[in-house]
Amino acid sequence: MSADHHHGHDHDHDHEHPRLSENQLRVRALESLLVEKGLIDQAALDELIDMYETKVGPRNGAQVVARAWVDPEYKKRLLETPDAAIAEFSFTGRQGEHMVVVENTDTVHNMVVCTLCSCYPWPVLGLPPVWYKSAPYRSRAVIDPRGVLKEFGTEISDEMEIKVWDSTAEMRYLVLPARPEGTEGLSEDQLIDIVTRNSMIGVETVSAPGSGAGS
Amino acid sequence: MNGAHDMGGMHGFGPIEIEPDEPLFHGEWERRAFALTLAAGALGRWSIDGGRHAREVQPPAQYLDNTYYEQWLHGLEVLLVERGIVTEEELSSGKAQGPTDPALLKRVLRPENVSIAMGKGSPYTRPEGKPARFKFGDRVRVLNNNPTGHTRAPRYARGHTGEIVMEHGIQVFPDSNAAARSEGGNENPQPLYNVRFSAIDLWGEDHAVNEWIHIDLWDDYLEPA
Repeated sequence: MSADHHHGHDHDHDHEHPRLSENQLRVRALESLLVEKGLIDQAALDELIDMYETKVGPRNGAQVVARAWVDPEYKKRLLETPDAAIAEFSFTGRQGEHMVVVENTDTVHNMVVCTLCSCYPWPVLGLPPVWYKSAPYRSRAVIDPRGVLKEFGTEISDEMEIKVWDSTAEMRYLVLPARPEGTEGLSEDQLIDIVTRNSMIGVETVSAPGSGAGS
Repeated sequence: MNGAHDMGGMHGFGPIEIEPDEPLFHGEWERRAFALTLAAGALGRWSIDGGRHAREVQPPAQYLDNTYYEQWLHGLEVLLVERGIVTEEELSSGKAQGPTDPALLKRVLRPENVSIAMGKGSPYTRPEGKPARFKFGDRVRVLNNNPTGHTRAPRYARGHTGEIVMEHGIQVFPDSNAAARSEGGNENPQPLYNVRFSAIDLWGEDHAVNEWIHIDLWDDYLEPA
């Protein structure tokens, strides 16, 4: 990871704090207006926040990946009928209605971007990190994928084919990372623990535990 | 529209800022902006494409200056007024000034419905629509259209030729789906394809021969190549 970047926001500290308090006031005013009009149930807001903070996240995708690694029949279903295969785990719904799973192999590396906004497969990965939604990633992933990968510490050899998937429609892409060597003895539960969010976006590869590689 | 949001291939934004141990939300206002947007969306007055367009139409300098949830907050305020849910006056005063449309009150998202509604999502495939003009393996060119309204044909692909590598079925067309129904917005369902472009074709001869960019594109964006 690039150690020289400590913050995920786009603004310098001189005007960050006024903007922050301005945003707080703006959101509070809007929420109270909509509540007063009867259009928003605040308990539903709390429920939405709790759902994406505690229930829906990359651990879901890691379970899908680990299952595909240990069960060849599941992997086949996942690649051929991804919606149904992912629904076997009940990871369905908003921002994951139509899934495509792309497999990383010895010869192909896939990575996912949304150049036009922030499309991301919520049911399997949760909400996207700030960098995924940021101008540097959105602008460069399609024109300089190897340079982008290097910033994540990911070296892809020149011989490897790279496929960048720009999520311009309602199709949502999940990368099935390659299972690292040296993990033959691991259980499905242990494999879940080594699958990272970034490997399922395709900006990293998965490393065997204790290998010291990757991040 | 050729807005600041359409940034594929732009230069000058610098390195990617990767925040270690990034929290899901940076501050309480982001949490509320996120949840308010989803809950207000459940009122059914705009589509996902209308939601995207409301963020895109900002002046480019403003779009680029905003943080992510500032885009959401801006888009939400615009849509609430544009789609007749609150008035300008209510928005600026923060006070309700008249009765709420009873049709909207029936659609209010309740806590007990949140996980069902989110888990169901809203599929964008349709059983029928415009017949497919293309199929797997066809070479197609992206039309060099520059609509002033919403579109999902990125600028960097326009005029370029690629190959259809997936057929995604009939799906809702964003360009027509973004507008309010009262303004003539409609789904115009049509085939959606995944089109593969070579990096050399998109970006020039100094790019790698084994790099490919895959873009989902609707039938109306394409012509035979």
